[in-house]
Amino acid sequence: MPGLWERLRTGLTKTRQGLGDKILSAFSGRQWDDDLWESLEEILYEADLGVSTVEYLLSQARVMVRQRRPKAADEVVSMLHLIMVEALASSSPDPSQLGELERPVVWMLVGVNGTGKTTTVGKLAAMMQRRGHQVILGAADTFRAAATEQLLVWSDRAHVPVISQAIGADSAAVAFDTVTAAVARRADLAIIDTAGRLHNKVQLMQELAKIYRVMGKAHSGAPHEVWLVLDATTGQNGLAQAASFMEAVPVSGIILTKLDGTAKGGVALAIARSLNVPIRYVGVGEALDDLMPFDPESYVSAILGENRTPF
Amino acid sequence: MFESLAEKLDGAFRKLRRKGVLSEADVREAVREVRLALLEADVNYKVVKDFLTRVETRAVGQEILSSLTPDQEVVRVVRDELATLMGGQPARISMASNPPTVIYLVGLQGAGKTTTAAKLALMLKRQGRQPLLVAADIYRPAAVQQLSTLGAQIDVPVHYLQGQSPVALAESGMLRSRQLARDVVIIDTAGRLHVDETLMAELEAMEKQVPGHETLLAVDAMTGQDAVRVTESFAARLPLTGVILTKIDGDARGGAALSIRAVTGLAIKLVTTGEKLDAIEAFQPDRTAQRILGMGDVMSLIEKAEATLDRDATENLAKRMEKGDFSLEEFRSMLQQVKRLGPLSKVMEMIPGMGGLGKLKNQVDDKSLVRVEAILSSMTAAERRRPQILDGSRRLRIARGSGTSVREVNRLLKQFQEMQKMMRQMKGMRKGRKGMPKLPFPPMPEG
Ligand SMILES: Nc1nc2c(ncn2[C@@H]2O[C@H](COP(=O)(O)OP(=O)(O)OP(=O)(O)O)[C@@H](O)[C@H]2O)c(=O)[nH]1
Ligand SMILES: [Mg+2]
Repeated sequence: MPGLWERLRTGLTKTRQGLGDKILSAFSGRQWDDDLWESLEEILYEADLGVSTVEYLLSQARVMVRQRRPKAADEVVSMLHLIMVEALASSSPDPSQLGELERPVVWMLVGVNGTGKTTTVGKLAAMMQRRGHQVILGAADTFRAAATEQLLVWSDRAHVPVISQAIGADSAAVAFDTVTAAVARRADLAIIDTAGRLHNKVQLMQELAKIYRVMGKAHSGAPHEVWLVLDATTGQNGLAQAASFMEAVPVSGIILTKLDGTAKGGVALAIARSLNVPIRYVGVGEALDDLMPFDPESYVSAILGENRTPF
Repeated sequence: MFESLAEKLDGAFRKLRRKGVLSEADVREAVREVRLALLEADVNYKVVKDFLTRVETRAVGQEILSSLTPDQEVVRVVRDELATLMGGQPARISMASNPPTVIYLVGLQGAGKTTTAAKLALMLKRQGRQPLLVAADIYRPAAVQQLSTLGAQIDVPVHYLQGQSPVALAESGMLRSRQLARDVVIIDTAGRLHVDETLMAELEAMEKQVPGHETLLAVDAMTGQDAVRVTESFAARLPLTGVILTKIDGDARGGAALSIRAVTGLAIKLVTTGEKLDAIEAFQPDRTAQRILGMGDVMSLIEKAEATLDRDATENLAKRMEKGDFSLEEFRSMLQQVKRLGPLSKVMEMIPGMGGLGKLKNQVDDKSLVRVEAILSSMTAAERRRPQILDGSRRLRIARGSGTSVREVNRLLKQFQEMQKMMRQMKGMRKGRKGMPKLPFPPMPEG
């Protein structure tokens, strides 16, 4: 989907003007000089990569620079690019290829408040429905005012049904019902939206674990994927978020939202590296088709403000 | 890895404390650690740079190195600088001399504007105002419905007219406020990216038609380095008057808060602290700086205690503690008092030295408090007064009655015994000193 990455790139250049320009002027066509380490450090910190990841990346880059003795500053940026992409490498198969998995496949979305879970459920539903899968949604956010109504709007847009109950209902019961309905209707995929919750609230995390467990009772093996939805503007707290959610439920991948507004989202790389979870999708807008598979090359280029087109 | 900023800074300072006499190198090493702590806390890169230059200049200065307590002086310098960064004095929401006061809530998607609008309305209502909420987020699915639901919960009218643009809604909201004799109009706007030209222009148009007395930017406390740029972009287009920092009940270290004020000069006026609609507070820059430095927010705790605790009951408790006449019966009423102060984790954050005890916080969560209460309630009054009569069969009955286990009952009894022992020791120590702490908390530091 080159068109979308193109759009992302434009969005990124818009936001990151200051940064991008600086990189260009600092590195383009210049000789490498040890004073430039500080500029690189600044770029990485400003992309929310965080202390330990910045230190790791720079130490790797230093080793490489010592070995290869580059002349041009651009070359060092390229080395850093390589190191960053490597840190993102994931060998697990694409989970959206439902393939031979026993149906229904069940996905569950989790995350702190306001990261884009409900919107992303809508986008995923549309994507999978377009591939010819029969999709059903579960409105397991029974807490936030009008959360169910919000999901209903998305289900209309994506032309898929929703299982819901009244506000205040037991969210685990809704999740259970959704999976049961998916089994009964021979659906291919059930996607469960959950209420946003701060990861340091013990009770809410226990509730999440319960929602997870209950689904396995309706259909063994469910849910097959647990997506952590992460806002790309999040800072270092993203690490704490990921760690806590992973403690409560087996997070299988990250969906990085709102990348249309920031060149950063660097904490996602920090998470992928230190907690070993792949980034799977990125959200780049508020429309139904503003979701795309994660591409490490473009993501890293965007962070480094490299003036190259990977497509 | 996820220790709080307070803990990190504390670590840096503890090393200083062990030294006694400080060399310039000691200070520089501490400053380096402070730098990493700040970066880890999401303080803006450039802000960190400036901040450290200032601290270093002041801290390496002669009078500090030669003072009697150089370590404390360095801590003081960092604290002062932090407080300056955050803006010293608390800033209030200002009311128009000629009502209605118009308050806009603006910000990125998912920052928490809609919930905050309702919280603000409830807060002002409790202060005797008559707010009207205007649902001007016509883009996000069910946003209007969300605000209507919240409005109904707090009994504040919500204005919305199907088909009207946000600008038209702001205008018709003003009319409506006059009809309903409302003195504050709170306008909830759609979340938007600071780079979205069309939507930013729309906000400008709203402000042009219906100028806001307050235009508050909602910023998620978990935001990273972008917080500054986002705030700058909004400030460039709109007459921002302040910031509301949301979701501070998470464990983010608040670097965004430090940076926004430092770069844009905008004051953080309010913070939101939970999902309940009364979870909104005025922001106290100085106290927050203290809390970050692990000195505890004693002032907030005292104020809160004064406002919520039953004075007679606490006095009575304190007297009994003093006399060593403290049974499970008193322990139970003490728990009930503590519970009124709010979630335990929040109370603990305000206690000096407790800020860094992340692990402990997870152990004594509110859930375990509920279990302890259940156990206590399953005892008879006689058992609470004389726990020594609790034999095996009574313990079993209590465990069953409270839905816990005998092990938990035993553990509670053991902890209580230890507590009694501690109290007796304290009693000995306090002899001859006037006054007892009114709260079951560690004594507060002087000054
Ligand atoms: N620009 C942009 N906005 C997004 C994206 N994804 C979601 N949003 C917006 O972010 C806001 C919050 O999205 P929701 O889907 O309601 O988030 P949520 O995680 O379900 O929120 P809660 O259920 O309240 O925790 C909405 O205004 C969405 O339109 C994205 O990729 N880009
Ligand atoms: Mg939602």
